[in-house]
Amino acid sequence: MSVLSGILIDGFSYGMILFMISVGLSVTMGLMRVINLAHGGFALLGGAAAHWLTTGIGLGYFVAVPLAVLMTVLIAIAMERVLYRKIYQFTELQQVLATIGITFLMIASVNYLLGSTILAIQIPAAFTASIDLGFRTLPGHRLVVIIAGLLIAAGLYVLLERTRFGIQLRAAVDNRNMAASLGINTVKIYGLSFGLGAGLAAFGGILGAELLPIDAYYPLRYMVLFLVVVAVGGMGSIAGSFFAAIGLGIIDTAARYIVPEYGTIFFFIAMMLVLTLRPRGLLGKA
Amino acid sequence: MTMDTNLEKTSPARGFRGAINRRTVLDLALIAVGIAAFFIFPDNLGFMTRVLIMIIMVLSLDLVLGYAGVATLGHAALFGTGAYGAGLFAVYISADPLLGLLVGAIAGAIIAFVSGLILLRANGLTLLMLSIAVAQVLQEIVNGERWLTGGSDGLLGIDMDPILGIYAFDFIGRTGYWYALIVLIVVFIFLKIIVASPFGLVARGIHESPERMRAIGTPVYWRLVGIYTIAGGIAGIGGALSAQVTELVSLESLGFALSAEALIMLILGGLGRLYGAIFGTVIFMTVHHTAASIDPFNWLFVIGAMVLLVVYFVPEGFLGLPQKLRKHLGLGK
Repeated sequence: MSVLSGILIDGFSYGMILFMISVGLSVTMGLMRVINLAHGGFALLGGAAAHWLTTGIGLGYFVAVPLAVLMTVLIAIAMERVLYRKIYQFTELQQVLATIGITFLMIASVNYLLGSTILAIQIPAAFTASIDLGFRTLPGHRLVVIIAGLLIAAGLYVLLERTRFGIQLRAAVDNRNMAASLGINTVKIYGLSFGLGAGLAAFGGILGAELLPIDAYYPLRYMVLFLVVVAVGGMGSIAGSFFAAIGLGIIDTAARYIVPEYGTIFFFIAMMLVLTLRPRGLLGKA
Repeated sequence: MTMDTNLEKTSPARGFRGAINRRTVLDLALIAVGIAAFFIFPDNLGFMTRVLIMIIMVLSLDLVLGYAGVATLGHAALFGTGAYGAGLFAVYISADPLLGLLVGAIAGAIIAFVSGLILLRANGLTLLMLSIAVAQVLQEIVNGERWLTGGSDGLLGIDMDPILGIYAFDFIGRTGYWYALIVLIVVFIFLKIIVASPFGLVARGIHESPERMRAIGTPVYWRLVGIYTIAGGIAGIGGALSAQVTELVSLESLGFALSAEALIMLILGGLGRLYGAIFGTVIFMTVHHTAASIDPFNWLFVIGAMVLLVVYFVPEGFLGLPQKLRKHLGLGK
């Protein structure tokens, strides 16, 4: 029983991390139709910035994290203006290659500035303490991750369903040209949602630093994971990313507990099954 | 349109004779370079042999991507299967190199056929993801069966017999180099024949318009599976060579990094012309080799910049440079 609850809790928190990082990629791919392999790089940038702000400069965690996210968002918006506007026109293959090139540059930059060792982020003592839930104790960090993930999911729901920006975003995802002819400033929407996705990825990367340690090669190592979540959940669907992330997170964690020699094989088999039966993903709109 | 600049692509096939007459001078020059390199750089035989092996893999990728238009990030699955197939064959059954090549080719072709049945039903992102998944699953299986494959330590104990019973493999790598060069030449000739044949034209037709190919009665799906299988056999030969020459097979031969690097090499050189695979691989691996020995940490800057420059400014790759330069300098077309 405690194995099961262990799997569920670890799987759920792993899934939350995957969700936070991947949701921005799902929106970008559904909205701008860009296969952005550099998305993991935003998680890296967030984590690297957080590392530098806490360990290098000595800022407190709760100041450093929002600051790191902000820095990443600014870099992302600049990149969108300079690099990605042209990428929108490319063929799929060219997009894959261009974003791989961008990923390499991101990795090389972090490597150059901060070295190639693991960039640890000092978390406050409160997070490391164990919290007793009555039937089980769990590390405070897992609880923080789960709560943060649920808040983000709820926040995104509110953003999409109840705000002007949200409805414009949904319109642009469903039919770009129609949305533009109705007067929606799609260029601005692209920029803002790109920045939002990058910010969420940075946040997810920072929070997930315990489960997915941050080092310069982070984007290459974990990029496949984020792509899988997006492909399974369906491009452009936030709910799809959520369920795909949770489901895949639990499957992967369960596999690691039960048959550790086989690593991530079940993760990928699950993905192949979903994609073969539903090529657009669970809730894909694109 | 691209009609002017791609004469080679739109000319009618002339079959066997066509393959021999066109570009024969360039082929002979390349072979001469391959032979000369042995004497000019006697201390770099290991590196150059690896380049030759990678060229085989990238040629096979060119068949799939450049000619048939199937974008895949899992080509290492075919290469690595050939490597492990040949390696296991050498350790447990027979250490004859030529038989090992055959085993590698068959292994690669089988994996390509089976995975192709699933992959080629999809396209775009889904196909990309599935191709990655196939390679990852294979890698995990190989890793899991440590008792057979050595897992993450790699498959060791490969001790090759002399080729044809005469030419033994030596430490310096002389036999390995000639072996790889001859296999590469044979593979290249084979590919030129395929590409100039009606089968190759079908591949290009499917690339340009699957709907029209279907309209004229081509079973598009099965032709794609056929092309993918042939490419798998060739990649398998590359993998087998790698196993035999280095006498080691590691998990990296099935890895995503290898698939991505092969893709980059092909794009650098230029898709769909076979020569692009050769130039792209030589350029990439040489830059990697020199940059990594100068500064092992920052060579990613170089590669990232190169990839971006090619994609943004010269999408046809290295082979497209002459035309680009001609246009910019105002000469010719």
